[in-house]
Amino acid sequence: MTELADLLEHWEPVIGLEVHVQLATRSKAFSPSAVKFGSPPNSLTDPVVLGMPGTLPVFNQQALALALRLGVATESKIRARSRFARKHYFYPDQPKGYQISQYDEPLCEDGHIDLILGGEVRRVRLQRIHLEEDAGKNTHTGAVSHVDLNRAGVPLVEVVTAPEIYSSEEAAEFMRALHRLVRWLEISEADMEKGQMRCDANVSVRRRGEDRLGTRTELKNINSFRFVQNAIEHEIARQVRLLDEGQRIIQETRLWDAERGASESMRSKETAEDYRYFPDPDLPPVVVDAPLMGGILKSLPELPTQRFVRYQKTHGLAADDARTLISERSLAEYFDAAVKAHPGDSSGRMIANWLLTELLGALNADGKTIDDTPMPAARLSELIRLVEDGTISGKIGKEIFEESYRTGEAPLAIVERRGVQQISDEAALWEIVEQVVSANAKQAEAYASGKDGLFGFFVGQVMKATQGRANPVITSDLLHKRLGR
Amino acid sequence: MSGPTEWLSVTETAQKIASGEVTAARVVENYLARIANVDRELNAYLTVTSDEARKAATEIDRKRAANQPLGPLGGVPIALKDNLVTKGTATTAGSKILDGWVPPFDGAVVEKLRAAGAIILGKVNCDEFAMGSSTERSAFKKTKNPWDTSRVPGGSSGGSSAAVAAGLCAASLGTDTGGSIRQPAAFCGVVGMKPTYGRVSRWGVVAFASSLDQVGPLTRTVRDSALVLEAIAGLDPRDSTSLDAPVPRYVDSLTGNVKGLKVGIPHEYFDATIDDEIRAAIEKAKAALVERGAILVDISLPNTAHALPAYYIVAPAEASSNLARYDGIRFGKAASGAKNLLDLYMKSRGSGFGPEVKRRIMLGTYALRSGYYDAYYKKAQQIRTLIKRDFDKAFHHVDVVLTPTTPTAAFRFNSKATPLDMYLADIFTLSCNLAGLPGMSVPCGLTVDGLPVGVQLMGKPLDEATLLRTADVIEAAVGLGNRRPGGRS
Repeated sequence: MTELADLLEHWEPVIGLEVHVQLATRSKAFSPSAVKFGSPPNSLTDPVVLGMPGTLPVFNQQALALALRLGVATESKIRARSRFARKHYFYPDQPKGYQISQYDEPLCEDGHIDLILGGEVRRVRLQRIHLEEDAGKNTHTGAVSHVDLNRAGVPLVEVVTAPEIYSSEEAAEFMRALHRLVRWLEISEADMEKGQMRCDANVSVRRRGEDRLGTRTELKNINSFRFVQNAIEHEIARQVRLLDEGQRIIQETRLWDAERGASESMRSKETAEDYRYFPDPDLPPVVVDAPLMGGILKSLPELPTQRFVRYQKTHGLAADDARTLISERSLAEYFDAAVKAHPGDSSGRMIANWLLTELLGALNADGKTIDDTPMPAARLSELIRLVEDGTISGKIGKEIFEESYRTGEAPLAIVERRGVQQISDEAALWEIVEQVVSANAKQAEAYASGKDGLFGFFVGQVMKATQGRANPVITSDLLHKRLGR
Repeated sequence: MSGPTEWLSVTETAQKIASGEVTAARVVENYLARIANVDRELNAYLTVTSDEARKAATEIDRKRAANQPLGPLGGVPIALKDNLVTKGTATTAGSKILDGWVPPFDGAVVEKLRAAGAIILGKVNCDEFAMGSSTERSAFKKTKNPWDTSRVPGGSSGGSSAAVAAGLCAASLGTDTGGSIRQPAAFCGVVGMKPTYGRVSRWGVVAFASSLDQVGPLTRTVRDSALVLEAIAGLDPRDSTSLDAPVPRYVDSLTGNVKGLKVGIPHEYFDATIDDEIRAAIEKAKAALVERGAILVDISLPNTAHALPAYYIVAPAEASSNLARYDGIRFGKAASGAKNLLDLYMKSRGSGFGPEVKRRIMLGTYALRSGYYDAYYKKAQQIRTLIKRDFDKAFHHVDVVLTPTTPTAAFRFNSKATPLDMYLADIFTLSCNLAGLPGMSVPCGLTVDGLPVGVQLMGKPLDEATLLRTADVIEAAVGLGNRRPGGRS
């Protein structure tokens, strides 16, 4: 996008994101209805969800535990007593006429999420993470509107970044990092197609070198990683063009239309609603005490960026490999398990190679993921050990991998059954080398007179004689010795 | 027993049914007959659930024949304020906007009453969404005061107080947000109890102001109040503000002994404008307590004057939020002929709400506007803290606080010229709700015109027992005894 690069020569974009993530609870945030995707419309409701008179909310403690995992993982300050507030607006997808959210006393503040950008870890600060309930869904067909309240009352966290993201790529990367993190923490499926993770972006531009922020617009409805990048890029370009033409940016909310690849104004600040926030009198403060925090801290896994650093420092992995390993928690855990099953700790690179090349290759070919691998980590580790200690050659190793992957048989058992152990015994190999050279005296002479290319021929003959089991390093040593150079 | 049962107390009714002296069916029929007779004029009931009540009575009588336990309120017919949600029975909260809504669930107090063996006799009138002090703001009916039908029964639980006073039920439930149980109880000469905030579950109470609303009994005797309160009190996991505290056997507190009881007399309440006859009746109640060994202690509740303005920020603010759900779409009536969504909202709400409700929605909406929260709602909440602190301090020295329930006896219809005049009728009862304390009104005599006077008792959090013990003594000494309303103007 060189055009954008030109536009950005004098202008710097500043982006802040507000990301809604559905929490994977069994029931809704404030009532007993189940949370499920794809159920018949309005089948997941109850009097509370419907906002019936006389109903009262009761906060789902599972939602709190999940939100706290994110709070701790992002090293946020966690409020010992946070509060729910009512945010009022009239719309049919909001049966009570208000949404239960958090306002001036959110659960988490001042955390951060680390992105991996160009192999480097880049920190994006979070202003807050707060709890709220989702609204229902309106569908408009012609003159008729339908309301489905299955999603109403589903617990969400809203993650709000500081305005410290400076490109659409960074914004998309933030989304990927948050997506990975919430899946890693098992607090959300975060399936963007199902609306389990949704993003609003605040975008402004300012002259390079300027400290003050420009007038921002809010982009709504950007619901895939690609749309995040496209919509923000488009908005940056729109703003820079207007400013270059000497026009002003109007503070407004704009709706991204992915099909048209353009945004349109929804409402300006002048017509912005007054949400009349006030503390919800039906809900006591959300209390986070020491036992609750203790449980959260104990159950928290090692985080992706921590692993990213460890894989490079401790195991000497390349940044790209480390990054691939942390793309899914189960993949990283598979790697860790394979390393753990391995006696030495210097084999991380080897394990990463086999895992990323052979195993992922085989899984990909079968349309499977690491979660349904037929080969447990200990087995891959065992196979790698057989290659490393010279029991089998790397080439045979790949064959054994194939067989073990298909049949589930242990690598060592396959090696023993097939009798493919590598021959590393020097005396035994010397005998074979002796036979091969004697049987090919002409070629030996030719090699001696300088036909270097024939060395491979002799190696091939030894391999043929041993069905490929000869240790190639020793074989080559002995051949050099026998052939005189 | 074939004679009238309508004037029996809750205690007596339950005993006579349990002993077989009278059947539950007979008790119910007697009430239904009296309602048919008397309520044509009084208009206490919005819905009489005759069929359901007869069925429940048959079940009680069957259980009795089978020697099964009937429950502490076995066969006792009770009326419910129409802002209490009843499964299968219309619940309007006195508003047109809920006309036709039949709830699919029972409120917690309704469940508890049924579990205790009580029979639901019907739903009684109230000011729309419990906003009012005379029941004149009901969208449906004007309920009359049984003692003088040219006068209001008080409000907002005016149907509840009138029905109990006129022998149209054994007891009733009301709700109290700023005095809505105690003031009508005083006006109708019955016992009204507003429990500690959180003592009784609000699950199934059509919300007016969530941080102030509380359900309580209106009864003809203090003992009945204790019995019904015990049946409806207790923790409810569906109400996050309900309190996790054991429910005592309240009748056990009725010892008749007030020796050494310290009764606080806050001068701020007595300095106010109070009718002479009210003042005289209150003095009698005080004297009766002193005679039986209680000690009067002059106390000060200095922030009393701020209760009214604080209340009229908090209550409307919460109401404006709680009433946002009434859009005519999921329950109640949607206006016809709406051009678009906004028009539907405006027409439904415009025609569904009465003027007092609209006034409070506007007050509350104003108070919660962005940028005004600190000046209004937050400030009012700070005043609540001060008021609560006043009481905390007082309760270091006294066991119970005694005041008039109302500055006047029941007033005539249409006699409150402005909304503010009406708001001032609750001047003595608001603090109790703002502080979350238990309060009750117990009759302490009649004016020369034959209108009942109520004395208010306020107690420490969860100390309903001391209120009941004190009220029991006042009732025995200066209560109405067997005097019943004549129902003539």
